[in-house]
Amino acid sequence: MTTTPAPQPAESDSLENAIELKEVEGLSQGQIVRARFFRHKGAMVGLAVLIGIIVLAFSSVGVGSFSGWWHYTGNENGAIVNPRGAPTLSMPTWLGGDGFSLGEHPLGQDEIGRDMFAQVMRGTQTSLMVVAIIGVVAALIGVIIGSAAGFYRGRIDTLLMRTTDLFITVPVLVIGAVIGRLSGGIGGFAFAAMMGLVLWTGLARLVRGEFLGLREREFIDAARVAGASDLRIIFKHILPNAIGVVIVSTTLLMSSAILLETALSYLGVGIVRPDISLGMLISEYQGAFSTRPWLFWWPGLFIVAIALCINFIGDGLRDAFDPRQKRIPSASKMDRQMMVQRRAGEAAVAGGAAPGGVPASGSDDPGAPAR
Amino acid sequence: MLSFLVRRVLTGLATLFTAIFLMFLLVNAASDPLADLRQSTAPNKQQLIAQRIELLDLETNVVVRFFTWLGSFLTGDPGVAWRTGQDVGPLISHAIGSTLQLVTAATFLSLFLGVAVGVVSALRQYSSFDYMIIFLSFLLYSLPSFLVAVLLKQWGAIGFNDFLADAVIPWPVILGIAAVGGLIWSLAIGGPPRRRLQVGLVAAAATVAMLAYLQLTDWWENPTLGPILIGLLGAATAFAVVAIGAGLHNRRALYASLSTVALGVAIYFPMQSFFDGILETHLLIVGLGLLALGSGLLIGWLFGGPDRGVSMRSASITAVVVAALTFADQVMQVWVPYSDYLRGRPIPTFGDQTPNLGGSYWVGILDTYTHLILPSLTLILIAFAAYTRYSRSSMLEVMNQDYIRTARAKGLPERVVVVRHGFRNTLIPLATIVPIDIITLIGGAIITENIFARPGMGQLFIKSLLGAEIDPVMAYLVITASLAILANIVADLVYASVDPRIRLEA
Repeated sequence: MTTTPAPQPAESDSLENAIELKEVEGLSQGQIVRARFFRHKGAMVGLAVLIGIIVLAFSSVGVGSFSGWWHYTGNENGAIVNPRGAPTLSMPTWLGGDGFSLGEHPLGQDEIGRDMFAQVMRGTQTSLMVVAIIGVVAALIGVIIGSAAGFYRGRIDTLLMRTTDLFITVPVLVIGAVIGRLSGGIGGFAFAAMMGLVLWTGLARLVRGEFLGLREREFIDAARVAGASDLRIIFKHILPNAIGVVIVSTTLLMSSAILLETALSYLGVGIVRPDISLGMLISEYQGAFSTRPWLFWWPGLFIVAIALCINFIGDGLRDAFDPRQKRIPSASKMDRQMMVQRRAGEAAVAGGAAPGGVPASGSDDPGAPAR
Repeated sequence: MLSFLVRRVLTGLATLFTAIFLMFLLVNAASDPLADLRQSTAPNKQQLIAQRIELLDLETNVVVRFFTWLGSFLTGDPGVAWRTGQDVGPLISHAIGSTLQLVTAATFLSLFLGVAVGVVSALRQYSSFDYMIIFLSFLLYSLPSFLVAVLLKQWGAIGFNDFLADAVIPWPVILGIAAVGGLIWSLAIGGPPRRRLQVGLVAAAATVAMLAYLQLTDWWENPTLGPILIGLLGAATAFAVVAIGAGLHNRRALYASLSTVALGVAIYFPMQSFFDGILETHLLIVGLGLLALGSGLLIGWLFGGPDRGVSMRSASITAVVVAALTFADQVMQVWVPYSDYLRGRPIPTFGDQTPNLGGSYWVGILDTYTHLILPSLTLILIAFAAYTRYSRSSMLEVMNQDYIRTARAKGLPERVVVVRHGFRNTLIPLATIVPIDIITLIGGAIITENIFARPGMGQLFIKSLLGAEIDPVMAYLVITASLAILANIVADLVYASVDPRIRLEA
């Protein structure tokens, strides 16, 4: 069912068609999705940058007993190198600096000489871990409860829907603030796990919806006739078909989770010292914006970078799993196509060629990127 | 319908009760009203602690305390913020007022801008304009609101106030702005290269003309609109409204809108003496706005023709815009004394009004607006991204439907296809999101209010939570939770009314 009225596929559609042709060749669903995902440039760039940030954050200041290659932990009050602790990072000459060098404190120091790079890296670690824990906890609970409700319906379903109703009555930020206050002494892990316990409801609703539709399909009847148990039907037959929804909405949940965590830490009700969070750094140093702007910029940059990467990856995943949003033919493009066709027809008539001659070979569509 | 409402309200009340009960337990566990006393070094520490335990009834079981609190709340006593001794009732009503000021304008502006940009972006799918908007919305969507707010405070307030001290834009900067503006317009309007070039040049020239006018008339220091600018802007609105809503070939609609503008300009000077001779109130202003709406409808009706409705609609929209311009002109007239009073730094960074300002009604309005600019901008930037994404994907979904192809195939002009068949159906999914957004926003923009120190609902909540004052926190939660339940019911009703396929009884 193509929506393109063009008689011949435009140049830019060839990739799309190649994928669709391969589908006929018998690729598995997973392979098709992977191919679509890897073609999504934004998602690929996002993935690369995110992996870079993860490697940088965990290798530099270390985690657990691994001490990392960076020589500060962000807690010692070193001597202040530059006036006011300005960053020692200098740009390469072609960017107007005097040769690239990291120096002692590449991202600067705060007013008592703590190394900013180490602090930002610690904060990035915390934010990444919080996001990962929220994602895993929420996805696990959401999938289990959503599939149980969608598959068994009845009382479990009612219970689930009433619980989700409970959670939509109180804004997430408010619940988060209360939970952050509650877990203030326990630390980041407990906070993240408790946020996961709250944020699963949206995912559960989506999974339930998928299950309600899928459980009526013929292949489920077939599985049941073949003697499959309920658990086998849920995990082997239905869940693989609903996995797209799970992955996409978990990713989007994680991108909003990082903003939620940093916002709560900014308000002072999320992560508290001795743990370090990017939101907390911004909150502590916002007063120094005019005198020591680097204390504000670097944590902010990392928050935006992580959130942006996760958002792009989520977008790529959604396009890969759900390729419904195809291009719509614009009016001007249709006009142009018709003109090309007419001209080709006239040329064919004038040249006395066989009717229905070849349309103009090169489409004048400039060839927009595939996605 | 009625049974649906009754059922929903009853389940809503049950949900509300459970949510409030659970939140009471949570808030109670999360707050420690004795924290400051435990650290205290006062000699009578034990006595103070005992006093406070008695004051807050902390010995009693929390469930019992919940029902005591619920009982007094239901009988109209929402309790006391015990640290300051203030009653919660007046606290909340003041906070709601401040929050409503903030969120109303921000929501509607971001909705309008977001939907417009999203729809245009969808119509130019995979063009450079579309990619630009996608990236912009992703970026804004990934920006934490506190980052935006702090930046706006630094650049928006302090930077703009510095600019006002010596309000000169260098000419190269003006030309640069004009070039960028022209480029964006030419990409947004689209079409064949020549048309793009024309659009770009016209937009750039208009930008240069506008900025030059502002520059040469010292507009930044002494902003006014005056009858001429009101007329020009009104005429531009009339053309835009008619071009989108009726098509420029519909002369009656165009003339009706233009005569509305003419009427607005004609009564400009009489209105000045009217405003001078009368004591304005909000009620009067709203009444005048409605009067403008009515006269627009009347003018459209007088122009008559076979499709009166279209003329009436175009003329009334134009009339409201012209009335708003006249209102803005009145507010601008007090700018100079206001700015002088604040020693040339009129954009504030905290609070929601200047204390002890005095002055006329218009000064009060202007003061409210200057306090609203930055927080509203923060909220708009972030909500804009969400609405753009919603409306873009919704419009794409609609424009891929078969009935759009049918509409094109039967030869309807592109404007009718887009506006009547595409845009209207795009609004259906939005109709379920927007009521929830609007009503839940009364809960306050916690972060924005916190940064700009606006005494709104969100600020009240977070301060009371940090101060372990359970009564204001619970009052806040009751209000936001009941509004959220109400919003969901309203969204269902709206959905059923815009989409005839949905039936509530089913």
